[in-house]
Amino acid sequence: MINYNKMIFELSNPGRIGYSLPRERFPEYNIGQIETQYLRKDELLLPEVSELDVLRHFTNISNKNFGVENGFYPLGSCTMKYNPKINEEMAGLKAFRNLHPLQPASTTQGALEVYYNLQQYLSEISGLHEFSLNPYAGAHGELVGLMVIKAYHEDRGDFKRKKIIIPDSAHGTNPASTTVCGMEAVEIVSNERGRVDLESLKAVLSDEIAGMMLTNPNTLGIFENDICEITKLVHEAGGLMYYDGANLNALLGKVRPGDMGFDVMHINLHKTFSTPHGGGGPGSGPVGVTEELAKYLPNPKIKKHEDYYYVENSKDALGQISSYFGNYLVALRAYTYIRTLGKENLRLVGPYATLNANYISNALKTAYELPIAGYCMHEVVFNGLINKETEVKTLDIAKRLLDFGMHAPTIYFPLLFPQSIMIEPTETESKETIDDFINVMHKIAIEAKEQPEILKQAPTTTPIRRTDEVFAAKMMIFSYKDYLEYINNRG
Amino acid sequence: MFKYFPHTKADIDAMLKSLNISSIDELFKDVPESVIFNSDYDVPSYMSESELRTHFAELSKKNQELTLFSGLGLYDHYQPAVIDALTSREEFMTSYTPYQPEISQGTLQYIFEYQSMIQTLTGLEVSNASMYDGATATAEACFMACAVTRRNKVLLSSTLNPNTINVIKTYLKYKELDWDFIVEKDGVVDIEDLKNKLNKDIAGVIVQKPNIYGIVENYEGFSELIKANKSLFVVNADISTLGVLKSPKEEGADIACGDCQSLGMPVAFGGPTLGYLATQKEYVRKMPGRICGYTHDLEGKRAFVLTLQAREQHIRRSKANSNICSNQSLMALFATIYLSTMGKNGLKQVNNLSYQGAHYLYEKLVATGKFFDPFQKPFLKEFTLKTSIAKETLQTALLENGIFGGVGLDIFGERYEGLINFSVTEKRTKAEIDNLVKIVEGLS
Repeated sequence: MINYNKMIFELSNPGRIGYSLPRERFPEYNIGQIETQYLRKDELLLPEVSELDVLRHFTNISNKNFGVENGFYPLGSCTMKYNPKINEEMAGLKAFRNLHPLQPASTTQGALEVYYNLQQYLSEISGLHEFSLNPYAGAHGELVGLMVIKAYHEDRGDFKRKKIIIPDSAHGTNPASTTVCGMEAVEIVSNERGRVDLESLKAVLSDEIAGMMLTNPNTLGIFENDICEITKLVHEAGGLMYYDGANLNALLGKVRPGDMGFDVMHINLHKTFSTPHGGGGPGSGPVGVTEELAKYLPNPKIKKHEDYYYVENSKDALGQISSYFGNYLVALRAYTYIRTLGKENLRLVGPYATLNANYISNALKTAYELPIAGYCMHEVVFNGLINKETEVKTLDIAKRLLDFGMHAPTIYFPLLFPQSIMIEPTETESKETIDDFINVMHKIAIEAKEQPEILKQAPTTTPIRRTDEVFAAKMMIFSYKDYLEYINNRG
Repeated sequence: MFKYFPHTKADIDAMLKSLNISSIDELFKDVPESVIFNSDYDVPSYMSESELRTHFAELSKKNQELTLFSGLGLYDHYQPAVIDALTSREEFMTSYTPYQPEISQGTLQYIFEYQSMIQTLTGLEVSNASMYDGATATAEACFMACAVTRRNKVLLSSTLNPNTINVIKTYLKYKELDWDFIVEKDGVVDIEDLKNKLNKDIAGVIVQKPNIYGIVENYEGFSELIKANKSLFVVNADISTLGVLKSPKEEGADIACGDCQSLGMPVAFGGPTLGYLATQKEYVRKMPGRICGYTHDLEGKRAFVLTLQAREQHIRRSKANSNICSNQSLMALFATIYLSTMGKNGLKQVNNLSYQGAHYLYEKLVATGKFFDPFQKPFLKEFTLKTSIAKETLQTALLENGIFGGVGLDIFGERYEGLINFSVTEKRTKAEIDNLVKIVEGLS
C-alpha cells in the first residue's frame, strides 16, 4: 500500500464515528447552559471516520516511514541505536502512566524512586554531582545549563560575563540557546586538525566570558585531545565549561565529562540511553552540574530522606523550566535501559560504537575524502567523494542510499566542509550490516563515475521522489483548509 | 555476549585486523591518559528481562493508582485503544525528525494533519509541528510577541496556571525581557487593569481559558484594546475545550498556545505531553519550531516537507527566533489519532459529558453546605470552591478511599489559600461522584 495517497480528512463521511463514549449520566445538565457568547460558532473541520478507517489510514502512512527496525540508520550525531522493547513495556505500566504529578509523594514513591535513582546513575556515569531530569530535550537542556551558568555568575555579583565561546563546528542549538539565554555567542575557528585552536581560544578569553560550550568528541567525530588545557584556560579566565552531551555515546565506559573538567552538561536520553526518537520527539535532556552549582538546578527537585522520596522547591533554584518532572516516561525508559545493561555492559557501549565507526572510516576512505586523518570516535565525517570530477554531490549519494533500503547519513553538517557526510553506526549494528553499507557506498562511488545520472535521479524506489521545496515555501499550504483553498483556486 | 551488542569475538578480531590494531583501546589514543575512566561505573549489575519485570512490579506497588478528580492542566480523559496500537508502530516511534522526505512521508503527513486540526480548533491560520508542553509553548509565544513588536515586556493574566507563570518568568528573566501582571477580579482577569497597564512597551497580553480556577473567561473588548496598542493578544487554552468554546480566532487572538495532553494522552506523572502554538500567517516567520508544508515530488505526486526552515537554529544559529530543535512528534501523533477517532461530534460529546459530571458534582458539594463558590462564573470540567473542611482532612479522607481530588491550590502559593479544585472528565461515573460526595458529607 505504498501508493496510499489519502489525507484523513478525505476519508470523512458525515455521521460516521470512531469512538465509544459513556452514556449520559446527568442529562439535566447541558453545555448549552453556558451563555452563547462563550461558545464557538465556527464549524470544526475534523474528520468523521470509523475506527477501522483510522487504523488503516495511519497504518498505511506508517508504511511510508523508515524506522530503526526497517534498516540501517547511520544518521550522524543522532545516535540511532536500537530502542529496546522492554523499555516500552515498562513505560506502558498503568501504575506509572496514570499518576498525576500533583499526587502526594506518599502515593508516588515508585515513580520518585525511578527519577531519583536515574539522577544518581547519570551523575555516576558523567562524573558530575547532581542532575535534573526536567529539561524536555537536548536544546532545552542547553538552555537550562546556560541558565545555571548565568545564575552562578550573577549570584557572585558578576554581571558582565555574558559571552559564551562556541567552536564553529558546534550544533546550531549552541549559539541559539546562548541567545535565548540572553547571552552572546563568540565563535572560534577550528584548526587544521578539526579541533579547538588554542590560540584562537586564548584570544577571546576575558573577564566577559561566562563559559564555553563544547561537544567532545566534536561534531567531526574526533576527540578534543587538548581538553585538559582548554578547561584549564577557561577556568583560569573565570568561565565555566559546558559539555554538550550530543556525542556522549562515544565516551560511555571510557571517559566521564566531569573528569575532563566540565562543570555543566546535558545528556540526550534519546541518543545515548536508547529512548525512541519518535519522529522528532519527545526526547529528554537531563542537566548535570558540579556540587557548587547544584543549588541552581531547576524546580521541582526530587530528594530523598532515609528511604522516603519527596518533591522540593528551592529558593536558590534558577526557577521552573517545565510544569513538572519533564518527559517523565522518557526518563523511565532510560532507567530501564541502564538497569538492563548494568555496569558490565554500559562500559562496552562507547568502545563498540567507536570500533564500528572506525571500521567504516577505514573501509570508505579509499573512495570518500576523509578530511581529518586519524582515528575517529563514534562517528566519521567525509567530505564527499575523493573524485571531485563527477557532478555527484553529497545530496545525490544520500538519496541513492535510500534506494538500497538504508537511511541516509547526516549531510551538509558540520559546516566546516562543503560536502559533509556524517556517519554514525552505533554499537547495536552488526559487522554484516556495516559490511553491506560499506559495499553499497563503494557501489555508489563507482556509479558516480560511470552512471552519474542514476544518482541524480535517485531515489526511485521510495514512496515519493525528490520534492519541490520551493513550492512548499512559496505556497505556504500548512493545513487542510489551506489545501482546499489552493485546490479551489487552481480550479 | 549481550543482546543489544551483536559483536562476536570473531567479528571484533576481524574488525581490529582491518584497522591494523590489536585492541579497541588503541582507538582512544587521542584521549589523555589522565581522563580515561578505568573502573566500572558504580551502578547496579545487569538484569535479565524477567528480573526487570519483577523489579518494576515491586516499584509499581509503591505507586498508588487513584481515581482522579484532579486537573490543573492534566486531565484523566478517555484514551481510545487505537492510539496505543498505532503510536507503538516502530515506523512512527523509532524514526527521527523527517529530514529525508522520501522515506518520512508517514511522519510528515501526520504532522500536516495535526497542524490542520490545531488550525481548525484555534481558528488561526498556521500551527507549528508542536512544542514541548503548554507552559514552554506559552513562553515561546511571549518571545514571539516581543520579536514581532520589537518591544520587551508582556502582561500576564493573574489567572494563568502558576506553573505556566513560573516557566514564563524563568524564560523572560534569562532573556532579559520584562513582565507585569494584570490583576484578577472575582476570579477572572480584570479588563480595567489591562487598560491601565497597556502602553507602548507592551509586546503582548497573555490570558488563559479555562483559567486556573476552571472559569471560562470572557474576553469581550480585549482584542480591540490590545490591537489599538499595537500589541499581540495571546490566548492559552486547553485544546480539548476548543471543541465547544469560542476559538482564539473568534476571541481576536494573534497567537494561541497551550497543552494538548487532554487529546488522548495519559497524565504520565506530568509528561510527555505536547504544547501547541498557532498564529496568523503574517507572523509565521517569527514562529518557533518546525512547520510542515504541502508540496509535490518531481513526478507530481502529493508530498509533505518541512518548510520555512530558514527561521530555525540549524540555519540561523545565534540569530534564530528560538533554540528549539525537536518537536513532540510522537505526542502530536497521539493528538492526531485522538481527533481522527473523536471527530467533531466526539469532541463535543467529551466536553458535554465532562460538563455534566462537573456540574453534578459542583451542585452536590455546594448542597452539603460545606462548600461555597466564591466566584459564581461559568465553568466546563473544572471548578474551584472554598470549604469549611480542613484541607488536610479532606485530602486524607479522599485518599483513604482511593480518590485524588479536591486539590488545595495553595500548593502554588499563599495567595490561593483556602481554594480547592475539582475536575471531572467523562470517565468519572455517577457511582464515583456519589461516593466522593458521601465521603465529604461525613467530614467536618
